[in-house]
Amino acid sequence: MSTADLAALTIAEVQSLLRRRAVSASEVLEALRARIEEIDPKLGAYLSLDFEDAARQAELVDVDLPLGGVPVAIKDVINVAGQPCTCGSKILGNYHAPYDATVIRKLRAAGAIPFGKTNMDEFAMGSSTENSSVKPTRNPWDLSRVPGGSSGGSAAAVAADAAFGALGTDTGGSIRQPAALSGLVGLKPSYGRVSRFGLVAFASSLDQVGPLAKTVRDAAIIMNVIAGHDSSDTTSLNEPVPDYTANLGRDLRGLRLGLPKEYMIEGIDPQVKAAIEEAVNQLHALGAEIVDVSLPHTDYGIAVYYFLATAEASANLARFDGVRYGHRADHPRDLLDHYGRTRAEGFGQEVKRRIILGTYVLSSGYYDAYYLRAQKVRELIRQDFAKAFENVDAIVSPTSPVPAFKLGERTADPLQMYLADIFTNTGNLAGICGISVPCGFARIDNVRLPIGLQLMGKALDEARIFQIAHAYEQSTDWHKAKPPI
Amino acid sequence: MAEASDLDVAYIARLARLNLSEEETRLFQKQLGDVLTYAAKLGEVDVSHVEAAAHAIPVFNVFRDDDPRDWFTAEEALSNAPHQANRLFIVTKVVE
Repeated sequence: MSTADLAALTIAEVQSLLRRRAVSASEVLEALRARIEEIDPKLGAYLSLDFEDAARQAELVDVDLPLGGVPVAIKDVINVAGQPCTCGSKILGNYHAPYDATVIRKLRAAGAIPFGKTNMDEFAMGSSTENSSVKPTRNPWDLSRVPGGSSGGSAAAVAADAAFGALGTDTGGSIRQPAALSGLVGLKPSYGRVSRFGLVAFASSLDQVGPLAKTVRDAAIIMNVIAGHDSSDTTSLNEPVPDYTANLGRDLRGLRLGLPKEYMIEGIDPQVKAAIEEAVNQLHALGAEIVDVSLPHTDYGIAVYYFLATAEASANLARFDGVRYGHRADHPRDLLDHYGRTRAEGFGQEVKRRIILGTYVLSSGYYDAYYLRAQKVRELIRQDFAKAFENVDAIVSPTSPVPAFKLGERTADPLQMYLADIFTNTGNLAGICGISVPCGFARIDNVRLPIGLQLMGKALDEARIFQIAHAYEQSTDWHKAKPPI
Repeated sequence: MAEASDLDVAYIARLARLNLSEEETRLFQKQLGDVLTYAAKLGEVDVSHVEAAAHAIPVFNVFRDDDPRDWFTAEEALSNAPHQANRLFIVTKVVE
């Protein structure tokens, strides 16, 4: 098998070769390195690579472990000991992680090899990866378009066979939306399902770590390793972790899927709408019953999200003060000058904008009108889902209202960029799980652009949405398509 | 809901310890004004009988056993320090 063929395999396929001793972990890593060297100059998916350390790990690894010998790319917001962790920000430009995040510790214990860090919107704030302070990442399906964001580096790498699978993070859609725009599977786990210890915090009541992968099975294999309780994360749920691959292959008879009427908004691209309708027909043909549901507070999701996420971000990002780590301004006159200039020089424009909005909604006189009111509407959004899930096993929607847009197309208008998360961020607000799975292509300017189908499940019901996504995926060929790069 | 025009970006930037250029201040005033206008729709919702949700899945009183464990050495804690000397962080002068 050529190195290019090897890099194109799924995790399940690579594992099967490794366990039959048909290839070695070192050969797998070498094939991946060759692919990255060939393709990443065009994509800009990676911020740093450490193949020297990875090669040592590959020589020693036990390939019979759950991810033994499988290299996994890591979004540059998760600490991997000894590697840079910049969060795509100048303020952490020289930062090297002194410890492993819990998810990295779990990946290593399962034999996975973290070899490189992927590009992202600065501090995960964005939907296009254009807010990286280092470089934009390009979509492998069309290099003039964005891969989505904020986990755009992880998405582009996996889509272009420059990673077998990757970790991303999802605060308002940052795994699912780039998965959709890049033709991948991406899961946002339920709040509390995966430890955030060692993840640089953006909005602590919303952030979750999850997989981006070529297939549903690969995403389930990664989740089997990273899910579970962690005493170092107080929001981590102490609940048993099922085998997420156990339901794969079960059919959909007897399952009820809800179609929220509020999601058929103006502004959905007609090709996206058609692909979702086709996918719903397919789910019905596979035995699922399709019923209408109502999520009446959907229209308030973006407003609630931007008040709560920015408020939490303004507090979380207060730690970047240039004292113990990160950039520090030269020759400060006094402490105020030290803080003000350190942060002005270190943060990019979107991060500054969100710190201002978040500080404002928490400030004296406005807290009740903005922050507290948003928390109450959040509760109503949570109740909408709870009520819908009394009648259905999962909810079906588009992941993104549009396919991948052009670089620069939305950067001038932050509100337009925020609306990219319209179908995903209510899932974060409600703490439920959601997965995006490829469901077709739009054709724009004679280029094929992937479309994603979102399946949302109740909290801790990942096994169910994996089952549905897998049944759909295996009945279509969308996941087999490769970008023309 | 407060009017969007209440937002004083220059004042908020001082609260946030974040120096902004005049151009950034003007730009954010306009852009965040648009965001606040869009978000004014939250004022339509009747929340009089709703309790605020800080977290989607509430968990309370989370403690772990108070067992000592190894963590950073002083060298590791200082490994990313912008300025250090004598195994200490050097900070900007706080008192005269």
